[in-house]
Amino acid sequence: MSSLTIFYAILFYLATVVLVGGVAFKIYVYSRTPSPLRIPTMPAPMTQSGMVARMAREVVLFQSLFKSNKWIWIFGWMFHFGLLLVLLRHLRYFTQPVWSWVVLIQPFGRYAAFAMLAGLLGLWARRFLVDRVRYISTPSDHLMLALLVAIGASGSAMSFLVHTDIISLKAFMLGLMTFDWQPLPADPLLLIHLALVALLMIIFPVSKLLHAPGVFFSPTRNQIDDSREARHVAPWAAQLDK
Amino acid sequence: MAVSKFEVPELKGYTVIPLVRMDAAAGIKSFPANAPIQEAIGFPGELPENWQEIAIAKMGELLGKYRSLQVFMDACVHCGACTDKCHYYIGTADPKNMPVARQDLMRRVYRRYFTFAGKYFPQLVGAKDLTRDVLDEWYQYYYQCSECRRCSVYCPYGIDTAEITMAGREILDSVGLGQKYTNEILGKVHRIGNNLGLPGPALMDTLSGLEEDVEADTGVAVKFPIDVKGAEVLLITPSADFFSEPHVESLIGYAKVFHAAGISWTLSSMASEAGNFGMFIGSYDQLKKVALRIRQAALELGVKRIVVGECGHAWRVAYSFWNTLIGVGAGGQDEYARMLQKQLDSNYPQPAHICEVTYDLLQRGAIRVDKEANDHRIITFHDSCNVARGSGMGGIPGGQFIIPREIIKSVANHFYDMAPETIREGTYCCGGGGGLLTDDLMELRVKGAQPRMDALQAVVENHGVNFMATICAICKAQFTKVVPYYGFEMGMIGGVHQLVSSAIILDPNK
Repeated sequence: MSSLTIFYAILFYLATVVLVGGVAFKIYVYSRTPSPLRIPTMPAPMTQSGMVARMAREVVLFQSLFKSNKWIWIFGWMFHFGLLLVLLRHLRYFTQPVWSWVVLIQPFGRYAAFAMLAGLLGLWARRFLVDRVRYISTPSDHLMLALLVAIGASGSAMSFLVHTDIISLKAFMLGLMTFDWQPLPADPLLLIHLALVALLMIIFPVSKLLHAPGVFFSPTRNQIDDSREARHVAPWAAQLDK
Repeated sequence: MAVSKFEVPELKGYTVIPLVRMDAAAGIKSFPANAPIQEAIGFPGELPENWQEIAIAKMGELLGKYRSLQVFMDACVHCGACTDKCHYYIGTADPKNMPVARQDLMRRVYRRYFTFAGKYFPQLVGAKDLTRDVLDEWYQYYYQCSECRRCSVYCPYGIDTAEITMAGREILDSVGLGQKYTNEILGKVHRIGNNLGLPGPALMDTLSGLEEDVEADTGVAVKFPIDVKGAEVLLITPSADFFSEPHVESLIGYAKVFHAAGISWTLSSMASEAGNFGMFIGSYDQLKKVALRIRQAALELGVKRIVVGECGHAWRVAYSFWNTLIGVGAGGQDEYARMLQKQLDSNYPQPAHICEVTYDLLQRGAIRVDKEANDHRIITFHDSCNVARGSGMGGIPGGQFIIPREIIKSVANHFYDMAPETIREGTYCCGGGGGLLTDDLMELRVKGAQPRMDALQAVVENHGVNFMATICAICKAQFTKVVPYYGFEMGMIGGVHQLVSSAIILDPNK
């Protein structure tokens, strides 16, 4: 077993623990924190199913962003749905036999990488070209885009230009999942791609990427317009009644 | 045109997003509260020596008490969607008035003290120590936000800057840095019963004067009752309705509606204020204390219904918070809430907005109007931010947009809406809400009104609009003061019930 394989195996275990543990912890914090007053952005749905539909429109269609700014919406949507397809395509490296729908989406998943990259570059361009967005951008905002672009570019390069030993990679990944380690091919492009993905996983729970779980907990979006019919007294607020 | 010490923006009839001008609003700062004002409502009178420790602890406390704050601190990705949505940014071009930048004033400190990335890589994520300079900047820019929540409509994660402004003001208050205007008014409510500080006798005097005026005007003895036990309706209205123009015209309108419909009603000298500035400073405690006066008045007077007059933030507090705070509504479990439920008439929504009452009466034909009485007016409607984005009406989504407009169209023949992106949930703040309706912020108020003035300009030019109706005491006060800077007549501002008042037909025999 090469030290390279051992390093990457440990890196991925660590990254997975940080990602899952970190996000789970944040979700625990969000769900434990009370909402003492109803603050949905009105007009808001008056039923639970209406709220679920509103949230679905936010998460799938980026409804509010669409109302706000068509450029950010186009680039943001291209990136996120490109990424989604790319991620789903990657399931083939973690399943044996590969699920039939994953086989089906392979070509879409491959080309979705371009949508993803175009979206990222569009969003990045705004950080330079729009003075208001330039003002609010921090170094981490640029680095996050750089990281995602590098992951997308290195992945696409392996898919379209310099193929890597995909059979061995899959054996390595399946091995990680069954704790039966298999050698990782020492292809520089692959090593870069995997290292950056692990880095992204580690950064996720301590960065603005928390917007992914956060949006589901956003009180202005997930609350129902029912304040005249129902009380919503938080435990700490109930103490004030005594 | 009023004379001003600052440059009044030029109107174009549509909104133009300005380029960033650093520190353009850095000179605008509202007067801080002195020690007696602060201490009267339970805050420290001056900055304690260990203020930093206290402020960070307060921030930790609020992060644990409000999911909104916790999620909003984490979720922002700096996408820029909100950057052109704030009327104060549009009016001043100061980048710190962009919603995300206003949030970042706190988010930087949050990152520094409460996140891994900010503790170990502060420069990378823009984290900052809470220094005296940062604290002063908080005071300055958290009192340049009117908590209108327009940004929350457009944020992909629903981040509501008002929640962050409220938390910022609460932290500032906890270290003795309060705002004179808001905190002085809160003291007055507790001491005297209303924001204007009108004692009971003055109020009664005013109301009997109004009775004489209305009778002289219409020949009908319309009453303005106060502290009447056993009345059906308790009307809770902003105290500006008693003394200010054009507010009082709407008060006359409510009285005529009740009179014409034969509904017995009363005001309360103890709860003679609908406004609740506790919301402006984010203090749950103050919100609740101010609201409790209304529950007490309702119980003492034995009323069946609670109706709220034309006041934006008061209606948000009433509609969205009263039930939770004090049990006006349904579902309350504590002793007083149960008492109130038993007493109030469950056939009506509790509380109800005066527009809901009037709309229902119009629908049922219980009041009659002469639309031609408003023919000299060409009307537009300004959606007030707290009504539009913080409340509802009529039990249908968007009822808060439909009902006031339907009332106007029922009592007048000429109505035109302003540009669609400037009304309904996208409405621009009047520029004076959220505790900013003070003369020391005049420059901000004038500049913040610019987007609304641009939209108004367009309907004035295209349709000859000469009346902008609104259902908020702050909007009315702000606009009457600010529109002259833009070359409009202050008389073109008024209430929806002012229009009802002109058109309603009163039966002299009743």
